[in-house]
Amino acid sequence: MNAPQFASSSARDDLRTEPILVRVVIIAMAVIFLTVFVVLPLVVVFAQAFSKGVGAYFTALSDPEALSAIRLTLMVAAISVGLNLVFGLVAAWAIAKFDFRGKTFLISLIDLPFSVSPVISGLVFVLLFGAQGYWGPWLQGHDVHVLFAVPGIALATIFVTFPFVARALIPLMQEQGTQEEEAAISLGASGLQTFFRVTLPNIKWGVLYGVLLCNARAMGEFGAVSVVSGHIRGETNTMPLLVEILYNEYQFVSSFAIASLLAMLALITLVAKTILERHLDEGQFPRD
Amino acid sequence: MIEVKNILKKFGAFAALDGVDLKVDSGELLALLGPSGSGKTTLLRIIAGLDWPDAGEVLFDGESALAHGANERQVGFVFQHYALFRHMTVFENVAFGLRVQPRTVRKSEARIRARVKELLDLVQLDWLSNRYPSQLSGGQRQRIALARALAIEPRILLLDEPFGALDAKVRKELRQWLRSLHSEIHVTSIFVTHDQEEALEVANRVVVMDKGRIEQIGTPGEVYDHPATAFVHGFIGESIVLPVDISDGCVRLGGKALNIAANGAASGASKLFVRRHDMQIGPAGSGALDGAVQRVRSFGPIQRAEIALSAGECATVIEIDAPRDRELQTGDIIGLQPRRYRIFAGQD
Amino acid sequence: MSGGAARRSTLPGFGLTMGLTLTWLSVIILIPLAGLFLRTFELSLDQFWDILTSRRTLNALKISFGLAFAAASVNLVMGMIIVWALVRYRFPGRRLFDAIVDIPFALPTAVAGVALTSLFAQKGWLGAPLAELGIKVAFTPVGIFVAMIFIGIPFVVRTVQPVLIDLDVEIEEAAASLGANRWHTVTKVILPSLIPALLTGFALAFARAVGEYGSVIFIAGNLPNVSEIAPLLIVIRLSEFRYADATAIAVVMLVASFLIIFAVNRIQRWAQTRIPAH
Repeated sequence: MNAPQFASSSARDDLRTEPILVRVVIIAMAVIFLTVFVVLPLVVVFAQAFSKGVGAYFTALSDPEALSAIRLTLMVAAISVGLNLVFGLVAAWAIAKFDFRGKTFLISLIDLPFSVSPVISGLVFVLLFGAQGYWGPWLQGHDVHVLFAVPGIALATIFVTFPFVARALIPLMQEQGTQEEEAAISLGASGLQTFFRVTLPNIKWGVLYGVLLCNARAMGEFGAVSVVSGHIRGETNTMPLLVEILYNEYQFVSSFAIASLLAMLALITLVAKTILERHLDEGQFPRD
Repeated sequence: MIEVKNILKKFGAFAALDGVDLKVDSGELLALLGPSGSGKTTLLRIIAGLDWPDAGEVLFDGESALAHGANERQVGFVFQHYALFRHMTVFENVAFGLRVQPRTVRKSEARIRARVKELLDLVQLDWLSNRYPSQLSGGQRQRIALARALAIEPRILLLDEPFGALDAKVRKELRQWLRSLHSEIHVTSIFVTHDQEEALEVANRVVVMDKGRIEQIGTPGEVYDHPATAFVHGFIGESIVLPVDISDGCVRLGGKALNIAANGAASGASKLFVRRHDMQIGPAGSGALDGAVQRVRSFGPIQRAEIALSAGECATVIEIDAPRDRELQTGDIIGLQPRRYRIFAGQD
Repeated sequence: MSGGAARRSTLPGFGLTMGLTLTWLSVIILIPLAGLFLRTFELSLDQFWDILTSRRTLNALKISFGLAFAAASVNLVMGMIIVWALVRYRFPGRRLFDAIVDIPFALPTAVAGVALTSLFAQKGWLGAPLAELGIKVAFTPVGIFVAMIFIGIPFVVRTVQPVLIDLDVEIEEAAASLGANRWHTVTKVILPSLIPALLTGFALAFARAVGEYGSVIFIAGNLPNVSEIAPLLIVIRLSEFRYADATAIAVVMLVASFLIIFAVNRIQRWAQTRIPAH
């Protein structure tokens, strides 16, 4: 990569590339594959949503069930993102700014929800709070509803989105080191002052990145929430769950209308993610 | 006045500081000098409150400093890599220490601004006050770091290899500048360096450290001319080191007796330390040692020669510096007499 | 107060942040997982075995693991082709295609599920022409296979991409100057250095496909023993209040995922010893 540039770099490239026929075939295979498996599904969502016209589309979205699902999704996402943001900041501070044994183990524990199937993520909460769960009888006795109610959905969503903010912040904060914080302390700042005035501004892109991914997953989670929600119409259906219900009832336009909202969320997330990645690559300000 | 008593600091089994005692007078500029691993930075950080000793005391004007964290000790710390706050302008960096003070003691914003300007003028970088650290050169960053540390009116200024990350020319300039700054503001200052030239040039007193212990404390002159231990002699200035044996007050090199006084050195295996320029040359046989000139290089007023010593079974090659008045040629046999030398006992 | 201060850190807040971290971690992760394992231990070994070896369970596990392996293999090959085209070649729309690789990762699984079903159904845009050829995709195991391919696309591509980008130009030139033709250079010099990343990507795609639920259940027929995936069986057992069965299957899947992750870490460590870090 640090080899000298020759006058004709194409001569250099010729050594390193394949005959044109091979190239065309490879590109064609890649493009066709991605078109079939990624582009078409995305297009189908919107095609189906608008298949009966724009009017039908908006009617579907303003249906009370749809609105209630949107409200629930937003609320659960806000709770999960909020809590996991605080957790992520706290955990990243503990892990990145101090030395202690068992750090790798702790990080692996935090990463756990990533490697667990969504259904199992829901299952664990059913085992705790379900009618035959450990605390089931107690909860029933006190008329507290966790499963088939918002708290259960929130818990399952918090579980699956747990690592996102921490994972975005930990490597970033580790890379930035502790020197600026030490300087702040030596100048008389307290711990909180140091965190808010010195650390936070340095990690703001990382925070945004983690929040973005956390939110996308929180709003789109299906498997875990499906297990704990009970699918009670108008009450415990998030947007992904409503998509399923409407689809199974052959209400395709409505189903895909809501699906299209989620698809747009995914696209916006990807765009924002790309922009943030560029900021993170620069390390915010170039180092000496 | 800073006092450090019997400080012990271990990292696992490794003793970074092994019983260190030190007194720093008000207003002096002190250098902690030593190779890497000598413990000098650890000591500095302990004084600052950025690290904690396993045993021992640190007293500021008689009061224990260990009861307070770094943010309460009123020390100014200048880091080797500056540690400027990258998202703040130069002005905000320097103002930081003043802005985080508790409300009861905090100055008004107007007075803070005035003080920052004063400090930026002091380091002659007022024109950079709206820039960001990434837009400054290394030397400029270090001066801003210094201004930032001085803003809080510290009772002691600590500098960790302040010029280590800069290139040679900038380093020299900043050295002079630090010295003149210190004579202007007279704040007690300790700086850590592994560069002996820097320590000897800048400091009032030098503390030579090795392997977690203090080898010698003294003025630059004392440390250079009267090194207390073999380490100091070898670390400061260039030395010729010869393994000798002392018995009955007689100094032997490789079995052959040398015609030099033992000066009360204890019997047994020892090392003879001579500065390169303290070897007097004369005709063969005229001195304590004889040697054959292997190679000569001229440097301005001196010539540097590699001499192969012939002393009993010992065949060593040493380097000496001699004046140019008698040009040496390869192959000459000459006599060498140490004018000034030290003998240190034992050693590996 | 004399010196010899106890172990203190320079930066404040360790106790508080560590405490909060461990508390939150326990509440959200450790306690729920403990519940799972406790429930498992309530079963005797015989019971456990019976559940696992029941015909329906075995078939569900076979379908999940088998099809996931096949889908990951397809992603291995296609992923390599895609990443090669994206990194090595220039063509119109390259940046766009590079961006859309992430879509299967970002798209909510339910959306992917209904979209793929609609696409491959008998009357779907792709399902119709395939039906003409006598290939039925939706509501068959083939549908499961297709959905698993969809969600695995980003794993191989994104894992291999940085490695391929960082590959030393001079190595290829050395091979060429020594007389290797292009085919030899690619297969004997470049591909071997990509093997750790390829294996990692494969393992990640495999692990994800095994546990996938939302993208798959719409397009799968969900017929027991034929096109029923293990996660679906867990959900069914839960709705039947057969918690023990659900737990047993879940534990098997968990253990398998951990083994895969463990293998991935091992591969990466092995790779680091063979190939020095850049």
